[in-house]
Amino acid sequence: MKKENFFKRHWLVMLCGLLVGGAAVVLTKFGNPGNMGFCIACFLRDIAGALGLQGASTTNDAGETLRTLSNFRPEIVGLIVGACIMAFVGKEFKPKGGSSPFTRFLLGIVVMVGALVFLGCPLRMVIRIGGGDLNAIIGLVGFIAGILVGILFLKGGFSLGRAYKQSKAEGLVFPIVMVALFVLSVAGSVLYVSGAAPGNKAAPWILALIVALVVGALAQRSRLCMVGGLRDSVMFKEFGLLAGFGCVLLAVLVGNAILGNLKWGFEGQPVAHTEWLWNFLGMAIVGWGSCLLGGCPLRQLILAGEGNTDSAITVFGMIVGGGLAHTLKTASSGAGHGANGPAAVIICFVLLAAISVFNIRKEK
Amino acid sequence: MIDARGLACPLPVLKVQQEVKKNAPNTLEVLVDNNAAVQNVTRFANNAGYKVSVKELEDEEFSLTLTK
Repeated sequence: MKKENFFKRHWLVMLCGLLVGGAAVVLTKFGNPGNMGFCIACFLRDIAGALGLQGASTTNDAGETLRTLSNFRPEIVGLIVGACIMAFVGKEFKPKGGSSPFTRFLLGIVVMVGALVFLGCPLRMVIRIGGGDLNAIIGLVGFIAGILVGILFLKGGFSLGRAYKQSKAEGLVFPIVMVALFVLSVAGSVLYVSGAAPGNKAAPWILALIVALVVGALAQRSRLCMVGGLRDSVMFKEFGLLAGFGCVLLAVLVGNAILGNLKWGFEGQPVAHTEWLWNFLGMAIVGWGSCLLGGCPLRQLILAGEGNTDSAITVFGMIVGGGLAHTLKTASSGAGHGANGPAAVIICFVLLAAISVFNIRKEK
Repeated sequence: MIDARGLACPLPVLKVQQEVKKNAPNTLEVLVDNNAAVQNVTRFANNAGYKVSVKELEDEEFSLTLTK
């Protein structure tokens, strides 16, 4: 009886999880980088490259310099627009903003820097586990540890304050800007594009866009969130979102098993490194930061599509973070942590601690 | 009364949880301003043994009345 109720209540978020996982496998099959079908952090970092905020590059045999991480990824645009359309359909497009915007911008940077130390957002962490990458399990342990620290502060009175109603125009600026930039990237030659992997590895843009539109719409409806699943399970014994998280993993595991892409191990995993300490700490930053923000990077994109301008600012913080991580050499690579990765991790933890402590609000 | 308008996840539910744990009120009014919060608070309150009635106020706000 209880089991039936659980499925009845949470079928939508579970379906969304299956779809996200399935989409990741399909998009990888059609050209996206390995175990990266749908990584929010990686794709926002590629967008940072497309906008010229970072210029990560490699030199080929002919001595040419080729950009490696520049691509205005259609997946991101599709998620935002899908969520936006669904929010209008469901009468949930209600622009809001004003809850500590600059702190959220900073948290966006912090979360991105942490994600690029690990090499992936929470969604890619699950996708990596589903591809057999055991380094991502170390990341998961760090992610849970970060969320637990975040929960301690939430329970202790942490809040970034309330948001207020904003105009429809203000709520629409973010989706419109992202669509306009995407049109520029497809139609023009203003934005940077990658000439080498992994930035030039991409499924056909029309396929990626359509898949992301559907995922964005469903994620808006179901409120799928990779941080929310673990957080709500611990705080409220509420397991609906966690079931969505589990369904992403299930779909990726099954999909990879069918396609023969499932390779268990630590070594030689696509776009991943084996330094457990930095995998752990990178994801701990993401977990803690996302807990303070109220949702994972995917959820921030969806909320921004719904007209939440605080989330829009967070997403731009993540794009800037993607730029900083590569220009300041804090991002990891397949070879291991970046030259300034350890310093960045320490700075991120100091920032998280300061933001957590200084935003504890005592009840009146 | 708990005013959870404008608060991000999971603060509306957390505020209700803390009030229920601390004072175990027979009735409790909660103000929120989005559907996600309405659903989350309702789910939590039902699990904690409360009945919930939702009233939509003007300006996209909701008043939830929790009764034991």
